[in-house]
Amino acid sequence: MARIPVGDAVESGLQWLTDNAGGVFDAVSAVLLFTVNTVYTVLSAPLPAVLIAIFAVLMIVATRSIGLTVFTVLAFALVVSMNLWAQTLETLAVVIIAAAFSILVGVPAGILAASSARVSFVARPVLDFMQTLPVFVYLVPSVFLFGIGVVPGIAATTVFAIPPAVRLTELGIRQVDGEVLEAARAFGSRPGQVLREVQLPLALPSIMAGVNQVIMLALSMVVVAGLVGAQGLGGVVVNGVTQFNIGTAFEGGIAVVVLAIFLDRVTGALGRSGSARRRPAAALLALVRSKGRRNEPEAAPA
Amino acid sequence: MIEIRNLTKVFDLAPARARRALDSAGDRESAVRAAGGVLAVDDVSFSVGRGELFAVMGLSGSGKSTVVRMINRLVEPTAGTVSYEGADVGSMARQELRELRNRRISMVFQHFALFPHRTVRENAAYGLKARGVPKRERLERADKALDQVGLAHRGDSYPDEFSGGMKQRVGLARALTTDPDVLIMDEPFSALDPLTRRAMQEQLLELQQDLGKTIIFVTHDLNEAMRIGDRIMVMKDGRPIQLATGPEIISQPATDYVRDFVSDVDRTRGLTASTVMQDPWVTATLDERPADVLARLEKRPGACAYVTDAEGRIAGITTAEILARAVDEHKPDLGTCVHDDYAAVSGDTPVVEFCHLTGGHAAPLAVVDGAKHLVGVLPRSRVMNAIASVPEEVGERG
Repeated sequence: MARIPVGDAVESGLQWLTDNAGGVFDAVSAVLLFTVNTVYTVLSAPLPAVLIAIFAVLMIVATRSIGLTVFTVLAFALVVSMNLWAQTLETLAVVIIAAAFSILVGVPAGILAASSARVSFVARPVLDFMQTLPVFVYLVPSVFLFGIGVVPGIAATTVFAIPPAVRLTELGIRQVDGEVLEAARAFGSRPGQVLREVQLPLALPSIMAGVNQVIMLALSMVVVAGLVGAQGLGGVVVNGVTQFNIGTAFEGGIAVVVLAIFLDRVTGALGRSGSARRRPAAALLALVRSKGRRNEPEAAPA
Repeated sequence: MIEIRNLTKVFDLAPARARRALDSAGDRESAVRAAGGVLAVDDVSFSVGRGELFAVMGLSGSGKSTVVRMINRLVEPTAGTVSYEGADVGSMARQELRELRNRRISMVFQHFALFPHRTVRENAAYGLKARGVPKRERLERADKALDQVGLAHRGDSYPDEFSGGMKQRVGLARALTTDPDVLIMDEPFSALDPLTRRAMQEQLLELQQDLGKTIIFVTHDLNEAMRIGDRIMVMKDGRPIQLATGPEIISQPATDYVRDFVSDVDRTRGLTASTVMQDPWVTATLDERPADVLARLEKRPGACAYVTDAEGRIAGITTAEILARAVDEHKPDLGTCVHDDYAAVSGDTPVVEFCHLTGGHAAPLAVVDGAKHLVGVLPRSRVMNAIASVPEEVGERG
């Protein structure tokens, strides 16, 4: 059987992109670098103790769990004591930017896929491709396009993290009760109104589960991105592993886990607690009250 | 007000192919099925007058919900026309159609279809929000509608805090807030328990007396259709098989299929005291002598007779035993021989409301007219026979 030159086609395509669209990628690279640096600057401005306190407040508002809040404080204190605070913030900045881009692309794509069977049909194999193609396979081409550093890491991470945002947005919108949709239409709503006022709010738990997945995938990719010169915890782990410095690698790994647990619990809780989202004030009130009389279960109004 | 002509709906086929299948000679249904479609509604025509309560009755799959959804084009008709006060709904542009849905025709759904993320008040105000009415005004009007359905001061709750009956009241309030001319109610009470359903039916009828809306009411329950509908269209397999008033359907079912439904109808609803009663065997007036009354009664041992005054009003009841004693003691006045161990109902009382009284007294129930005149009696056996009787008999008597 004749060899079909798939690999050659990819290479020449990539070459064509670097030759003809190099300026575009340079511009994208510059913008990404600037945004990541900005986020990092903002995150590293306050003292570690202040930021940890903010993290703790976020955790208690989202999860209403005293245990997780205590964990947050102790775990990040451990990170500070391991001298990995700056790297953790770098990684967090990259995760935030990559997740933001993934959501910015993925959620609208999911809305589109939910509204049209044809788009959904086309999107599915594309998403499969993005999700299952081994990461290194497109990590290297993104170095080609964006050069060494944090940017190719963000690009690869974004590609990897988009699929759950698309899938869970589409799923959430498709799961909205058909009769409720019909009711919205029966009262003369425009399609945009139906989307804004009914479909998106009711799909929000699913969309938030997608956001949670995006963030977790982004975090897992950030470490891999250390291989192509991204700094942060990925760099720490890669250096530790390549220099057989097992202790350093472990410390970096533990910091990644701390960050992962923190991000997962906060975003996961936002997705689940529908009532807290619906009435944040009431949720806060309930939190205060449930602390006041902990012996009474279900003191919090639903 | 609403005119529906030859309305037809084919699912699962592109409109052009569906129409070609419908135009083919011979059996339309098999032609559509051969083309891979489903003929959900087949050539339905009817009209609904202003202020009418029009019931569409059929089992699931009969096409009843599809028919009513084609009125406001939630389902696009494959063929046929719907006209609303002379305007052709099928040719309306989107904006015009939205106006129709928002201002003229409201809808109530089987499973309530409330917006779970909005308060009850916001739910009730939804139609006005879609219309762009300022927030304060729409919430005020929503409160008014909630008040109408008996949910005043519950506007701040969320739907999931409500029982089924209350949820459907919110659904009804949401439909009323836009002040529409027409309400399409798609099995609105089917998901409710029987007691709540009955209460909701009564509330709807009460509301309707004040509001005078045109209501198209879908149901799978002929009892409900008869209680609510001025006219009932019975549907089967996408076709209307009878369009008539409730009593007409009971007395003259068009097909065996309708007859089957009728046999399921709570027959006692059509039965009133005056349709079931018979003439009293023996009556007496106060000016008679006990001995004469006893003579008439004696043929029936243990029997009793209603005694009326000169105007025919019930004075009391007497029995053979009392009369015999009076004769022995030479009491000439029948007035001393009566007691009041009896019950009376008026002629228009439905059987369901007095059947528990039968058997409570030795004497049969008395039936009286508006001036309390005795017009008949209801022996227990007669009431039981009437409840068990065939529908034809009800038709003849009613």
